[in-house]
Amino acid sequence: MHIPDGYLSPATCAALYAGAAPFWYTALRRLQRWLNTRLIPLLSVFAAFSFLVMMFNLPLPGGTTGHALGVGVATVVLGPWASLLALSIALLIQALFFGDGGITTLGANCFNMAIVGSLVAYVVYRLLAGQAAITSSRRVVGAALAGYAAINASALCAAVELGIQPLLFRDASGAPLYAPYPLRIALPAMMIGHLTFAGVAELVLTGGVVAYLQRANPSLLELTAPAAPRGGAPDSAALSPDARRGLRPLWMALGLLLALTPLGILAGGAAWGEWAARDFSQAAARERMAAASRNMAPPLQAPRGLARLYSLWTAPFPGYAPSFVRQPALGYLLSAMFGCGVIILVFMLVGAAWPGRKIRGSPFYKT
Amino acid sequence: MNFVERTLSNLVGAMERAFQAEELAKRDGLLQRLDPRTKLVGILALVIVAALAHRLWVIGGLFGVAVWLAVWSRVSLATLAKRVWMPVFLFTGVIALPAPFITPGHEVGRLPGLGWAVTEQGLRSAGYLVARVETAATLSVLLILCTPWNHVLKALRVLRLPVLFVVILGMTYRYILLLLQSARDMFESRRSRMVGRLEGPERRRVAASSAGVLLSKSLQLSSDVYSAMLSRGFRGEVYLLDEFRTTAWDWLMLAVFGALASAAWYFGR
Repeated sequence: MHIPDGYLSPATCAALYAGAAPFWYTALRRLQRWLNTRLIPLLSVFAAFSFLVMMFNLPLPGGTTGHALGVGVATVVLGPWASLLALSIALLIQALFFGDGGITTLGANCFNMAIVGSLVAYVVYRLLAGQAAITSSRRVVGAALAGYAAINASALCAAVELGIQPLLFRDASGAPLYAPYPLRIALPAMMIGHLTFAGVAELVLTGGVVAYLQRANPSLLELTAPAAPRGGAPDSAALSPDARRGLRPLWMALGLLLALTPLGILAGGAAWGEWAARDFSQAAARERMAAASRNMAPPLQAPRGLARLYSLWTAPFPGYAPSFVRQPALGYLLSAMFGCGVIILVFMLVGAAWPGRKIRGSPFYKT
Repeated sequence: MNFVERTLSNLVGAMERAFQAEELAKRDGLLQRLDPRTKLVGILALVIVAALAHRLWVIGGLFGVAVWLAVWSRVSLATLAKRVWMPVFLFTGVIALPAPFITPGHEVGRLPGLGWAVTEQGLRSAGYLVARVETAATLSVLLILCTPWNHVLKALRVLRLPVLFVVILGMTYRYILLLLQSARDMFESRRSRMVGRLEGPERRRVAASSAGVLLSKSLQLSSDVYSAMLSRGFRGEVYLLDEFRTTAWDWLMLAVFGALASAAWYFGR
């Protein structure tokens, strides 16, 4: 899953560096507050551990062996923020000194494996492990499935990034300039391997290490087990005032993106495949569809299934243009605010319903 | 070979590569004589223009520049072939193999026997992928083979990477080598005690427990390192000694890198 240089266009690489930067910044700020002077040795040594774990050859069911990423273990032990930084550092060392993964694609690799992987692993682990005791087998299952989900989410991101290359970047003759396979090939090619071998390797490693730690060193599992029935102090991932301040860059980035949404009006035509049923019978729309489909003429009528399902649901703000707003830019902005508001509301409701926000500290997080 | 031996082989391979790089970095060659910052910026510029180029001959030219740099830096082409060209060709070549047959475009021939159509666009696409990956990988490896690792990390400051990150990266690299040794000893001792053949579930338990032991050791090591840092007066501030000196030769080579990158960008558009 380590994407080498040359597979992604510089534009994609730049976008993913930009996408990863706020997470790195937020993680560093939060950890600096919690760990203070302990940050440097903890991250250094754990990044070294993450690097080594990627070299472990794991025996899988069926007699084969595979490599794991270690994202599940890192997240369960360190929490998502320290995990994403430690894995990013390990990935940088791999790219720089061991040629595993590219330099231009480092942002993409960190985004896929360190950031998406850590966050998915954390959410799945917390959801599945719930309030189970530290030594409960439910934690082993939760951790194993968190590792499995994390590596597959990372692989999905990588597959999408690779799969959009031939759609967006071609030379004058039409030859794909970077990864040559479209989504319909990239997605199954990437996901089959990860849903089977790589996913199982991650599942075996995460579940196995958590089971081992339950026997040998259960205190290492306390950080991400907030509601487990053992005493302790408040933890990292809970939203302390400092933690809230640490989220400020993400909120600022979200605000900036909201403010920039009217730029969407500048884009000409419609996105490929996002056609309305009526477009098939309009000459101008048909021309745009043919031009976007390498001069392949669309059918004379909307396909029957499309025509039938098109009217199934009418959006409250069709085309990002609420009917009561005359200015398109304002309509875009309102739609973006509405969409973000709904998402934030859903997460606040989930957060409110989530038991045990206060979680204990861990031996290595005490300063 | 069982999983213990495979893991051992991976760990030893990584250590060998790290030590080989340190040996090569001490040789007297073109890249070794340059200020690490010049090398980093110059090689990074070439990697980026290789990614930007829309013409195969431009990427091929950049690959030629990489080979020329290797020869003048006394890096043997056999080392590059073994460490970069063959592995990259085998990995990316296999990935690119179906592209000539499944990419739509102008048909230039058919595969004898199977009759599959080969398209010009597919061939070009496979060529782009393999050439780009080989060129970028060769340039990146040259940077590491011709520069001591701690100099590479310090040179990252020129890219405005925070000092804190550079220090963490330096310590990570150092502890990778230490933990590699620990992991190797652990697997060696495990192998020396194994007389029979383990069943699947037992092998998985052993592998996961080994990772767990290494994790506990890592966190213990982190505490020890922290105590050692505190006992030496560490209060959270980090400084980096910058002993790099730029000479006229560095400026000349920077101009050469700049000219090559500009030409590749201009002709590769």
